[in-house]
Parts: sequence; C-alpha cells; structure tokens
Amino acid sequence: MTTETVIRIENLRFQRGDRVIFDDVTLDIPEGKITAIMGPSGTGKTTLLKLIAGQLVPDSGSVTVYDKNVHKLSRSQLYVLRSRMGMLFQSGALLTDLNVFENVAFPIREHTDLPEDLIELIVKLKLQAVGLRGALELMPSELSGGMSRRVALARAIALDPDMVFYDEPFVGQDPITMGILVSLIKKLNQSLKLTSVVVSHDVKEVLSIADFACVISEGRIVAQGTPEELLASDSEYVKQFLRGLPDGPVPFHYPATDYIEDLSC
Amino acid sequence: MFRRSSIEIWVGAFVLMTLVALIFVAFKVSNFQGFQDKPTYQVSALFSNIGGLKVRAPVKISGVVVGRVDSISVDQKTYRAKVVMDIYKEYNKLSLDTSASILTSGLLGDQYIGLTPGADDEYLKNGDQIDIAQSALVLEELIGQFLTKLGDSGNKK
Amino acid sequence: MLNYFHSLLFTMGKVTLGVASSVGRGALFVASLVPALPYAFTRIDLLVKQVYFSGVLSLPIILTAGLFVGMVLSLQGYNVLVDYNSEEAVGTMTALSLLRELGPVVTALLFAGRAGSALTAEIGLMRSTEQTSALEMMAVDPLKFIFVPRLVGAIIALPMLSMMFIGMGIFGGYLVAVGWLGVDDGAFWSQMHAHVDWKDDVVNGMIKSVAFAVLVSIIALFQGQDAIPTSEGVSRATTRTVVHASLGVLGLDFVLTALMFN
Repeated sequence: MTTETVIRIENLRFQRGDRVIFDDVTLDIPEGKITAIMGPSGTGKTTLLKLIAGQLVPDSGSVTVYDKNVHKLSRSQLYVLRSRMGMLFQSGALLTDLNVFENVAFPIREHTDLPEDLIELIVKLKLQAVGLRGALELMPSELSGGMSRRVALARAIALDPDMVFYDEPFVGQDPITMGILVSLIKKLNQSLKLTSVVVSHDVKEVLSIADFACVISEGRIVAQGTPEELLASDSEYVKQFLRGLPDGPVPFHYPATDYIEDLSC
Repeated sequence: MFRRSSIEIWVGAFVLMTLVALIFVAFKVSNFQGFQDKPTYQVSALFSNIGGLKVRAPVKISGVVVGRVDSISVDQKTYRAKVVMDIYKEYNKLSLDTSASILTSGLLGDQYIGLTPGADDEYLKNGDQIDIAQSALVLEELIGQFLTKLGDSGNKK
Repeated sequence: MLNYFHSLLFTMGKVTLGVASSVGRGALFVASLVPALPYAFTRIDLLVKQVYFSGVLSLPIILTAGLFVGMVLSLQGYNVLVDYNSEEAVGTMTALSLLRELGPVVTALLFAGRAGSALTAEIGLMRSTEQTSALEMMAVDPLKFIFVPRLVGAIIALPMLSMMFIGMGIFGGYLVAVGWLGVDDGAFWSQMHAHVDWKDDVVNGMIKSVAFAVLVSIIALFQGQDAIPTSEGVSRATTRTVVHASLGVLGLDFVLTALMFN
C-alpha cells in the first residue's frame, strides 16, 4: 500500500489532573481511508479527537496534520486548518436556534461569500447525500437522534473538507439507523475521497467499514492493524474487547477487598 | 425569512420607544438645554452667612434666572463665604454696584441668589466681585433677636 | 472541639481558594473578551438578534414594573408631602428617585433575572450540547460568535430599558398624582422641570445603567462559560447569575452614588 500519512501522532502524553489519559501514544492515520479508533468507554477516545483538532493541548508529544504541528499553529492558522476538517459530534451539536437548512448553511455562510441561490444548492446537495432533503424546515428539537446526526454530518461535509472525524456515531441508535450511518460513512468516504477517523466501541459496525483500526486501553495503543489482523490477534485483551466477553484482562469487578472477608463482618 | 425581518422590526420599534422616552425625559422632565451650556462669565461675592445655599442654585434678577452658583468656599483672608456665580453672557450689562442677597423661595423653599442692579455706568466683567452682599436670613438668629428684643421691652415696663 | 475547629478552618480555606480561583477565571475571561469586542460591530445581524433577545423580550416586564413603581412612589410621596402642604413636589420626588436610583437599579435587577439568567442557561446548554465545540471545529470563534454579540447587545439594551422604565414610571406617577390625588397638572410638571437637572440626574443615571449592564452581562456570560456542563450544573449557574448580579448591582450602586452625588 502506498498511502500517505495525513495525521501523525507521536509520543502523545496527556493528563487531566492526576489522571493520565494518554501515555506515549503513537499512531499514523492514512489518507483517504477509514481509520477506526476503538476502546472501552472512558479511555479518552473523544479526547484524542480534540487533541488532533487542537481543541486540547497535550502535555508532551506532537500531532502533525499535513506536516504541520497542530499545537504550534497560531489561532488563525489553526482555524484555516480546521476548515479542512469536519467533526461529527456525539450529540450532533446542531445550533438549536437555527433550522436544518440554516445549520447546514452555517459554515458556508461563515466562510464564504457565496450568493444565496448557490448556498441553497449546496445545502440541498449535502442534505440529499444524507437523505434528509425533505427535512429542510425542521428545527433541531424536532429531529430524532439519528436524524440530527445525519444533519450534523451534512453540516460537517458542507465545505468539502479533507478529513472527517466521527465521535461515537453509533451510540444509542437503533439497528436501522446504525445501518444507515454505517453505509453513509462508507459512501461519503469513497465518493468524497475523505480521510475518515471513526471513534467508537461498536466493534462489529466499525470493523465492517474500517480499512485500518487500533484499540486503545489505559492510555496506550494495545493493538493496531487491518480488521482481519485485529480479529486474528492473540492478545487476551483484544480478544475480550472485540468479542465482548464479560471477564478477562479487564476484570468484571471494580477493585475491592476480599469478598468473603467483606461479608463476614 | 419571516423570522429575521420581524426581529428587525421589533428592534427598530424598541429603539424608537427609547427615543420617545429620552425626549420626554430630556424636555419635559429635566432642564435639558443642549449638550453645551450657555456661555457665561463669572462674578463672585462674599457673604458672612450663606445659610442653605447650594452649588447650582439659581441666580435671579426680579425672579428671572440669569445664572447659577458655580462654587462655594471660604475666603482665606476674610473668613467669609465666597460664592462664585456663572452669569449668562446675554446679561452682560449689570452695573458695577449691583447688590446680591441670599433669598428663600417660599417659607421653606430652596435658597437662591437675588441680584439687584444699581445705577453705575460701568458693568461687571468676568472675575469681578460684587461688594454689596446681604447674607441669608437664618431662622435661629431671627428668633434669637426677636427674643432679646422681647426681653428688653419687657424690662422697660 | 479541636476537631470542629479544624474542619471550620478547612472549610474556610476551601471557600477562600474557591472564590479566589473563580475571580481569577473571571478576570481571564474578561481579558479574553475585551480584544474581541470590536467584532460585535462587524456582525450587525448577530447584534440586532441579541438586542431583540435581551432587550425587546424584557420590555413587557420592564414597562409593567416601571408603571407600578412610579405609581407607588407617587402615592407614598404624596402622603408625606401633603403634611407639609407641598404636594406639588411629588412629581419632583418621583422623577428624581426614578432617574437617580430606582430606574437604573430596578431595571438592572429585573434584567439580571430575566435576560441574565437566560444568557447563562443558553451558554451553559450550548456547552453541554457541544455546540461551542462544534463552532470551534467549524473554525468559528465562539468568542466572536457567541460571547461578544451577547455582551454588547446587553450593554446596549439595558440603558434603553432603563430609560423606558423611567419614562413609564414618571407617567405612572403622573397618573396617580394628577389623575387620582388631584395634584395640579401645571405645578406637577413645572416643579419637576425646575428641579431635575439634565447632567446631574439624567446623565448620571444613565452612566449607572451602563455600568450595571456591563456587570450583569459579564457575570451572566461568565457563569454560563464556567458552568459544569450538566443540567444540574447549568441550573446552579443560572441561580448564581441572579444572586451575584443582583448583589453586584446593589453594591456597585452604592459606590457609584457615593462618587456621583457627593
């Protein structure tokens, strides 16, 4: 494979208070592919996306996007870089006082001086891509969770970014919506030649579309490779995570004193 | 786009209502006379007692306001109250022997300075001092005088 | 006993540190806002929207409150002044009380409750639903897009509201004094006109109002920004906005009155 690396994370270390979230994480994300970042809840997958986008600053190590160190850029340079990124937030994060049309039009209005009829055309194209052209007039409060994620996705690709980050796109969705989102991510990746990064713990769905995946646990990358390589991994942890076994290297019990001793008091 | 334009109309109405309130307060309620004060010149007078006279109290001739009190202080040489008045430029022909007295509007009203022009040919200029100044009537002193006189007349009998 | 003393000392220290750190964060927040202020005037559309939300929507409560405050002032003033045979002065008294104190202060208090709390809740919710993060990701600076228009909008709206409150109050006072209690119409206005000074009373009152606007809106925005992004955190922050802003307005009023009318 002769793919270029777009995002390079090197020796990243980040801690919040005394808690170390990432300890020496190194990861390359290839151009034009879907990269999955998996791990149990609370391992800071969302934090990783925020570090890549420069919303958070690491304690040490670096994140390079298109050969630029994200955390050494000035605010305006960072904003230029961000206009090449789209992010789909867990909750959708639509602006609640604007309707669907205005939400998708928002980044276009803010960053370009396009005439109104052209904006309308672009917005309709993007909404058509996510299958919600009919929902133009709805307000975010009238949308279901899955629909607002799709609108947010249309908004994320409104300015034709080079990269799109998906933060837990499948959480709390019914199987049909999940299926829609999975195929959307795949379709958009292919048709727009996007570099996609999907953060998720829905193993089955993510692995079905990912070209490349890695598993994070306790601030480290414990395994990475193609989905086939991961599934064939003989690491106990990866097996437990990918198959969803209740007990294994990640214990079922929260650390506690001896059970028998505790009861016999 | 109905929503946006209705917001603009409301904000426009809001601004207009503020203007109405402002104009009402400026002209009907307060003594607004443009942002620049009328041109004035200063004269001063020494009083042995100013009673309850305050800064910005009116200065009147025959009941018409011709200026305002600018400052009140104690003259270090004579230890009398020095009152500086701003007189409007349009009343620039006050004779040099004009007298000033501190009067009260009504029995318990505010105190003001009354000017009585004299007959001199020369006029007061900026920085001049009025020589004839009559102090405020202080109720306690009046009563005191009245009581002593009453006492005197009682002794005679 | 010693234990109790210990925990008291501990709590005091903790509270002091908490206050100090929130004052520090507040100062940093203001420092980050100030250089972005000019952007408010590059986006008139956002500014108009905020004047609508904090100004126009607060109008009904302000006008109603103004009317009643003016009527009460007039009624109470009349009852005192009639003993001294100077009931014509009721207009002067009403106008001066409204212009110097009650107009700016009561408007600011109502504004803190009506618009300030709404600002805090809105920003807190925008943070908890990741809207501010989303703006950042869309390369839109939330400082310029959310905070500055709201701050400037509130600073414009509050003095305007307070002007209308005063106008309405004097009108209410007029209704009670002239319409109901039978004070002479001409004397009511001429007394007022003679004793109310444009610079001392009206302009100073408006300066107060602008100062309150800055205080209330900064507290409201800061509490929204500083809120823990959960529903409980946002509701607490909203309460804090009303409490801090109200106390702040009353305290600042004392300082400003001492500076202006002394």
